[in-house]
Formats: sequence, C-alpha cells, structure tokens
Amino acid sequence: MDFADSPEEAAFRRRLRAWLAENNPGLPASSTSDAYWDGQASWHQALYDAGFFALSWPEEIGGQGLPSVYEAIVDEELAAAGAPPRPSLGYLVQGLLRHGGDDVKRRFLPGIVNGRDRWCQGFSEPDAGSDLASLRTRAERRGDEYVITGHKVWTSYSDSAAWCLVLARTDPEAPKHRGLSAFAVRMDQPGVEQRPLKMVNGITREFGEVVFDGAVARAADMIGEPGEGWRLAMTVVSHEREPGELGYVARYGKAVNELVARLRAEPERFSSENVRDVAWAVVEAEMLRLHVCRRLSDRLDGVSHGPEGSVDKLLMTWVEQAVGHAALGVSERTAGIEEDTWLKMYLYSRAQSVMGGTSQIQRNLVATRILGLPAS
Amino acid sequence: MDVRLSSEQQALRDAAARLADDLGPKSVAELGDGARAAKLDTALEATGWRELRTPADGNRPLASAVEAAIVAEELGRGLADTSFLGPTLAAELRRRASAPPATVPETVLLTPDLSRLAVAGGAGEPCSGTAIDVQGITSALALAEVAGGHELVTVPVYGTSPSRDLTRPAAEVSGPPAVRLPGTQTPLSAADIEGWTAFVVALTCADLVGTMRGAVELACSYAGVRQQYGTAIGSFQSVQHMLADAHVSVEGSRSVALHAAWAADTLPAGEALDAAAVAKAYCARAARAVCETAIQVHGGIGNTWECLAHVHLRRALLSTQLLGGVGAHLDRVAARREIGGVPGGLR
Repeated sequence: MDFADSPEEAAFRRRLRAWLAENNPGLPASSTSDAYWDGQASWHQALYDAGFFALSWPEEIGGQGLPSVYEAIVDEELAAAGAPPRPSLGYLVQGLLRHGGDDVKRRFLPGIVNGRDRWCQGFSEPDAGSDLASLRTRAERRGDEYVITGHKVWTSYSDSAAWCLVLARTDPEAPKHRGLSAFAVRMDQPGVEQRPLKMVNGITREFGEVVFDGAVARAADMIGEPGEGWRLAMTVVSHEREPGELGYVARYGKAVNELVARLRAEPERFSSENVRDVAWAVVEAEMLRLHVCRRLSDRLDGVSHGPEGSVDKLLMTWVEQAVGHAALGVSERTAGIEEDTWLKMYLYSRAQSVMGGTSQIQRNLVATRILGLPAS
Repeated sequence: MDVRLSSEQQALRDAAARLADDLGPKSVAELGDGARAAKLDTALEATGWRELRTPADGNRPLASAVEAAIVAEELGRGLADTSFLGPTLAAELRRRASAPPATVPETVLLTPDLSRLAVAGGAGEPCSGTAIDVQGITSALALAEVAGGHELVTVPVYGTSPSRDLTRPAAEVSGPPAVRLPGTQTPLSAADIEGWTAFVVALTCADLVGTMRGAVELACSYAGVRQQYGTAIGSFQSVQHMLADAHVSVEGSRSVALHAAWAADTLPAGEALDAAAVAKAYCARAARAVCETAIQVHGGIGNTWECLAHVHLRRALLSTQLLGGVGAHLDRVAARREIGGVPGGLR
C-alpha cells in the first residue's frame, strides 16, 4: 500500500513536469470560455505527440500499454501546472475497443486517440433522456448502407466533431433494448444538421443538437453487431461515469488552485465564508484525486468496470458542485471588477449531476446493484 | 503508486472484522453484557493489536499506521466496546519520546474539549483533563512543560464518567500531581507533536469510516425487512437514494482516510497533518450525515434507545470531536494554503 511514485513513475513525472513548463498553452477552461475550442485539437495532439496521452490504452491503437495509474500522475501534474485537462474521450475509445471489429478499430481508433479526428456521441434524444432505450432515431438498411433519420440532443462537442457515434434503432420489431445498433456517421454530409445549444452559463460550443434526415452510414461503419447497440451504450456510459477515464481530477485541481490563488492575492476582499467554501472545495478535490488513485490501483488486479462507476460519478458531481459553490461566493465578491468566469464556473457545475446519467439514475444503480435493495 | 492492501493487510482486516463480529455488541442490550465485553477485551489483548505502535527495530513501530487504521476501522464498524484507540495513542506518544513501553494499561489525557493533549506546568504540578477510551485502563499520559518542549507525565485513572459514546467511556481527572515517567525520554518538539496529531487524526478517520460503514449495513438490512404499504421500504426510491448517498460518502471517506494513514508514517509532519486534516474534514462531515440517515431510515424505532443506529452516531460524534472536527480541520486546510483559518497543531 503505497501512494508514492515508483522510480519509473517518478522519472515519468519529472519528464512531464519539464515538458509542461515549456508547453502549457494556457487555454481557458472549456466550462467558462468558448475560446478553449480554438486550441483544444492542437493541445490534444501536442500532449499525444509528446507521449503524455493515451498512456494506458493498447499499443495497437496508438496507446502505450502502461498501467492506468500513470493517468493519475498526468492529472496531478496538469493541475499543478495550471494546464488544460487531458481530452475526455476515454469512454468513446473504450466503447469502440470493446465492441468494434478489427476493421473498425484499425480505421477509427488511432485517429480518435492521436487527436486528428474529432468525435461526438449521439445517444440522447428529446424524448429519450434517462430512458435511453426508448430512442426513436432509425437506421434502415439500403444495400451496403444505412439511412439514418432522427433527432439527437445534448450532444457534447457536436460543433467541432467530424464523426458522430450514433445509437439508432435497426429492428423496430425487437424489444426496445435489443433493436439498437451503433454507427460511425460522418458529420459533413447532406442530411446532417448540427445546431449549437447555448448553455445556462452562456457558452455555445460545447453542447449541441443534431438532426439526421436521410444521412448515410456505410454498413461497414456499424460498431459491433446488429442489435449490439445497447451493450455498447452501457460500456460507453459506464466509462463516462469515471473520473479516472475523464481526467477530471486535473479539472478540479486546476480550478481549486485558481480559487486559492484568488483569495491569497487579495485576502481583505473575501469573507470567512469564502475561506470555508474554498477550503471545502480543496478537501473535495483532494478526495477525488485519492479516490482515483484507489480505483486505478484496483485495476492492477484486472478489476472490471461495474456499478461502482455510479459511486464515482456521484463523488465527482459533489466535487464539481462544491467547487462551483466556492466559485459562486468568489464571483459575488469580485462582481464588476473582473470577468464573470467564476459565475460561469458555478453555473456550468449544475450540468454535472445530469450529463452522463443523472444523479437520480446513479442512486438507483447504487441502491439496487451495490446495496442489494429491492428494485422499486 | 499502488494503494491496494497487501495480502497481509487483507488478512489483518479479515481477522479484525471476525473479532468485532464475533464478540462486539449486536444490540443495545448486549452493551450491558459484561461477560461478552470481557471476552472481547481478552481476545483483543491476545492479538497484540494494542501494541502495534510500540517500537520494534530501532525506534520504528511494530506496524505501520495503515495497519493500525485497518484495525481501527473494523473495530469501529463492529462498535467494539473495548479500548484500542487510547492505548494505541499512548504507545505512539511514548515511541516518539523514546520512552520505555507502558507497564500498565494506559491511554492519553486530553483537554476537556478533547481538542489536544492536556499539559501540566511540570512534573509534580497538578494535572487535569479527560482520559479517553478508558475501558480497563488505569493510567493516562499527558504533557508537562520542560526546556526545549514537552516531556511525558502520567496521572492515575479511576472509574468512568458519562460519555456521548456508549462504546468508549471516558474518565475525568481533576488535579492529581503529574508523575514523571521512570527512565529517560527525549523532549517532544512541536514537530513531534504535530506528527503524533497527524497519526491520531488519521486513526479517528479510520474509526469514522468503520462506524459509518456499520451504520449503512444496519440501515440497509432494516430497509430490506421493514414493510410498509405491503412492501419492503428499501424498494422506495426515496429510501434508496438516501442510502445510496450514504454509501457514496463512505467510499469517498475510505479513500481520504487510507491516504491519511499512509501519510502519517511516510510524509514530513506538516504534510502528514495536512493529509489528516483533509481526511478529517471529509470523514467527519460524512459520518454525521450517514449516521443520521441510518436513524431516519429506522423511522420511529431509530429514535428509541434500543436501536443501534444512535450507538453508531454517538461513536462517530466522539471520533469527530477527538483532536477537532470539521471546522477545526477546514481551518487547518485553509491555513496551510495561506488563505486564512488558524494554524493548527499544538504549539
């Protein structure tokens, strides 16, 4: 039982720290500024090209095949340097890795991993949120293609994506969980219309909706077998719940460091309540860092992903919203003298208890799958 | 980094869990069963776990703080009503002062608010305070001022006084002269006491994690059998969501508590105390909410003396108060980051 670095890990940490000292692009947070997206792709590629991204993924898709504890080191150092977090796309990679055939994996994964291809995920629909399996987007076979018709919403990164992982109904006769299949669909084709959605904090480039009206996917671009869509979706969302997969330890570590620096720079401006709120945000962020160390260590045993992803999603949500509340307090004390970045950080934090599965759904899963309480 | 428990640590955890399950109180009525409590005390004495922090080779402890925390967590989960924390904290204090091990069952003497060690003006001067965790204990260690820091003194402990915790009684000590330890000892510096405090706070976190785990188990089993509207109350989402939150709080608490225990033996005193402060703020806030949830899920029964839920809450309240709770530790976190608060630790 040791939280300290092994000699190899310490050497890796030194190399990363030295690289970050020279290569931090100083981007604003995606949760507070649309300008983040102007630099996101080049940040992803730079991190990858320098050997600090995709550490624990298999070598055949461009990863390094290292133990996943290395990802924890990356997150700690990114936060300490005030650098942007690593791109959050592990859930897509895991979905394609687990369900895609060799051809799909070879064609798509290296581009996702090295940052040359941008992807979004078309799962939710206006009438299929928590009840995802009731989705109505159709994919109909026509020769060696599928024609896709439907409306996807709350689609993160639709604005910048070249590809969308679409979940669609291929067998309307089958029970609702069994009639779904997944496709890689090109975004730049007739029949795909993407519209950004403005979030409550005013940012416009993270979130969107996509209308498919006769868009085409090649049959060869189906991910997995016909009818495997639900299982793929469950793989994706279970990884989307994991802070270790998302790299969010770096996000919160950076935000907390910024809050601490703001209070320290001008202590007379802030109240004891601000101090307590920021101290609590420090505690929450540190909890998540240590919790991810525990989870990633458990994977050294080959522990697979189960319902504890819901535990981690709830912990991560509590952290983000504690950081948000500390930021709200700071925004009140700095109103009118600086940009409302703190207010944006707070308002964005409300999404964390919804995206990737609401907190209500996570609690249902914890209660029935972990605590063994009877299904309601 | 690999924070999995070793196979030896897992075996220790299993043994401690068995001891607590076999001989700990399974009902409030059993708390009054002296024969059972005596068996638990004898069994714990036979394990040698009260001596985990006595010196082995050189001045290193027999076992790490992680091992001590593993035992503390399982004893907390099982509401073990025998002394462990007190003797462990006393042994740690003696080890840090390079004093010989205790010859009689010993705990520590704290100020009446339990926030720090009691301090006498010197050996022979009157010494007062509250001795904690005194089941079977006859002596308590306190500090006395000497040139260059503090030295260890003892006071006798008699009887017990009311405690909020029904599993770990306390005893008031009012003004007996402090007795210098026989043999030689090294004066304790502020850093020594800071390091000791980090260890103690980490152990209180482990006890909190255990106590709240036990409360969640108690409430889940009740929710599975208690029927209303013709069905188990655990099938209602309102009850499920409270218990889910409680479980999540326990998991977050385990992660910070484990780190604090590791840090106590590994990091410099200031960093170890920061790790402990983060853990205590988190665990103490979680523990009160989790134990309150356990009472709520038990409904009217949860508000009666006979229900074990309040025994978990009471144990958590004492572990929270020991060496400071949420507010004191958030202050420490803030002070270390130079954003306010008050610097922690005994100075």
